[in-house]
Amino acid sequence: MKANILIVGVGGQGTLLASRVLGALAEIEGSDCKLSEVHGMSQRGGSVVTHVKIAPEVMSPIVGVGDADVILAFEELEALRYINYLKKGGTVVVNTQRILPMPVITGARSYPEDILDELNGAAGKVIALDALAIAEKVGELRSVNVVMLGALAAHLGVPFEKIDAALKAAVKPKLYDINRRALECGYNAREDI
Amino acid sequence: MKKLMLGNEAIARGAYEAGVRVVSAYPGTPSTEVSECIAKYDEVYAEWAPNEKVACEVAVGASYAGARSMVCMKHVGVNVAADPIFTAAYTGVNGGMVILAADDPGMHSSQNEQDTRFYARSAHIPMLEPADSAEAKEFTKLAFALSEEYDTPVFVRTTTRLAHSQSFVEEAPREEVPLRPYVKDVSKYTMMPSSAIGRHVAVEAREDRLAADVNGFDINREEMRGTETGIICSGVVYQYVREALPDASVLKLGIVYPLALEKARAFAKKVKRLIVVEELEPFIENQLKAHGIPCEGKSIFSKQGELSVALIREKLLGVKAEERKLDLPVRPPVMCAGCPHRGVFYILGKLKLTVSADIGCYTLGAQPPLAAVDTVLCMGASVGIAHGFEKARGREQSEHTVAVIGDSTFIHSGITGIINAVYNKSNITLIILDNSTTGMTGHQQHPATGLTLKQEPAKILDIVALCKTVGCDSVRVVDSYDLAEVEKAVKEEVARDGVSVIVAKRPCALLDRHYPPACTVEDCRKCGMCFRLGCPAIEKQADGSARINASLCVGCGLCAKVCRFGAIKEGKR
Repeated sequence: MKANILIVGVGGQGTLLASRVLGALAEIEGSDCKLSEVHGMSQRGGSVVTHVKIAPEVMSPIVGVGDADVILAFEELEALRYINYLKKGGTVVVNTQRILPMPVITGARSYPEDILDELNGAAGKVIALDALAIAEKVGELRSVNVVMLGALAAHLGVPFEKIDAALKAAVKPKLYDINRRALECGYNAREDI
Repeated sequence: MKKLMLGNEAIARGAYEAGVRVVSAYPGTPSTEVSECIAKYDEVYAEWAPNEKVACEVAVGASYAGARSMVCMKHVGVNVAADPIFTAAYTGVNGGMVILAADDPGMHSSQNEQDTRFYARSAHIPMLEPADSAEAKEFTKLAFALSEEYDTPVFVRTTTRLAHSQSFVEEAPREEVPLRPYVKDVSKYTMMPSSAIGRHVAVEAREDRLAADVNGFDINREEMRGTETGIICSGVVYQYVREALPDASVLKLGIVYPLALEKARAFAKKVKRLIVVEELEPFIENQLKAHGIPCEGKSIFSKQGELSVALIREKLLGVKAEERKLDLPVRPPVMCAGCPHRGVFYILGKLKLTVSADIGCYTLGAQPPLAAVDTVLCMGASVGIAHGFEKARGREQSEHTVAVIGDSTFIHSGITGIINAVYNKSNITLIILDNSTTGMTGHQQHPATGLTLKQEPAKILDIVALCKTVGCDSVRVVDSYDLAEVEKAVKEEVARDGVSVIVAKRPCALLDRHYPPACTVEDCRKCGMCFRLGCPAIEKQADGSARINASLCVGCGLCAKVCRFGAIKEGKR
């Protein structure tokens, strides 16, 4: 398996867990893997980015501009913010949920309306889904990250059993059942546009 | 078995395998997880100290007593610990001692991007710099061995990208290193002029020996490929170089102080163009030049921020990745919904006070729309700065000035500031934002939380009693959520002569997540008052009215208190 994946979102949405599941997947696959995370100040509701690189040999832990095979975005605006990291012809897997940043909340700026169009113009493929609605159905609003992970795994052609095993390795046992449901719903929820 | 590990976790593992017995630290991004990870090993005593100076002294004491010890800190923590560090270089060690120092190029979570490598040179302490988690573990073990062999503390330096990246590590069992005997030796452990004169000589002799030996260390590794370009680098930058310039020859330095000058000189002769690729200051470059090894470096790369594969490709290969210019609303970090600091800053802004703030989550009070902060310098500085403002501009100034500090930061280095203010007849008002945790670094315990790093019960420092005891003229406690009470207290205390302390108490909103139901809005009059709180859960609609995002709201009710029309209602249980 070989993929550079950029996971982007808003601090608190669980990009760290998502990257750790992908790390566990690499471990299962026997691939080399490096993850780079954001801790500290940037986590407080700010824009966050986590780098995942899986390949036979990985050097830099950071995915560079124009180097991501996939951008996995937990929020629309954040997908567009990091679009320069996408390879030509790469895929954006995006949650259509919107979380308003402070300049929009205070009315200084407006939230861009045409993000999906912009993404479609820039990416080879856009997979958009309302992960918040799916997470709501699952019964755990905080499982948006795992729903998105399911959609990513389906896109990458990872067999469900493998991503499920990776999930099991990465989450606390008592949280596994609800997250497995979220993973499954995300895996089967692909809606290409 | 190979295991994915954070750089910080790997350092903890390395220390564990090396038989470390005592670890002391103060949390600071990007170093915090080293201590949190090592606390999980039953064989190791690990603690949070109130600050890095104390933590360093604890590690020095444990080393003198014959144990392998470690102290962990972020780069600015090294400034705090510099006093014991410089003289510990003189005394040397008994049990091996490692100083973990984490730099933050690019300032992901820091107030400056100082280059800690200069401390190594200035204090004459060797410094190792690993390039991934596997090396982080191995270099930490090596650091303990070098410490004992050369009788010196040893720095392990990381940067954010090493500390917070995960890569594979092979675990090994712990080596039980017995306590070395402690023998009283005034000439070595009692630093006063008569003995320090002799130790200074020993420091130089040891450094000369090490400077020669490092040329033979295999952690300084020459990788010959083409002869056109030779790169000298260390740490995570090595990974960037290898990815950007797969054909270049590389001298990868595992020890960045003292430099393997003879190895570098030999490498320089084998390549046509020698370039030092290093983040921040020209630390390696200038030393090479001073020793007559011609090279390039900062004429190509900036001293600011981080390097990257793309930047190295751009500067050395002239290949620039296409980038679209985007004009998007920024998303800076914000105080969380329900953050107890928010209301206090709202009141400070409303009263148009000059605010000297400090290091922690509440630094975010500087961001719009609260924008209530005038100064932020370093840990504990808020108190001294408010005092300095008064001494420069008189009582008229302190009547509309407050200092603001968190509970953990107050204990770190605000206490000496308040003692100074009392002693020197100040009239400052200090607000201690007591959220019962070290918030920004991810909820670490401290002396006033009642738990240790190992999550064992501890005595609880009484901040109110402490302030009274050191002689503050007025000490009062308010509820951070009670805006009327906060406003009344601030107005009264800035008007009062003498040193006043207001302890604004409320646990961090992320600690106990049993929230009341979300607030609701009905018949919004669009006055915009609630937007001034800068709460991420209050959203401005296209028509100017407020909407509360129920998935983010934690029901703190602050917005209901600032709404003049009673349009916002607290959620009912």
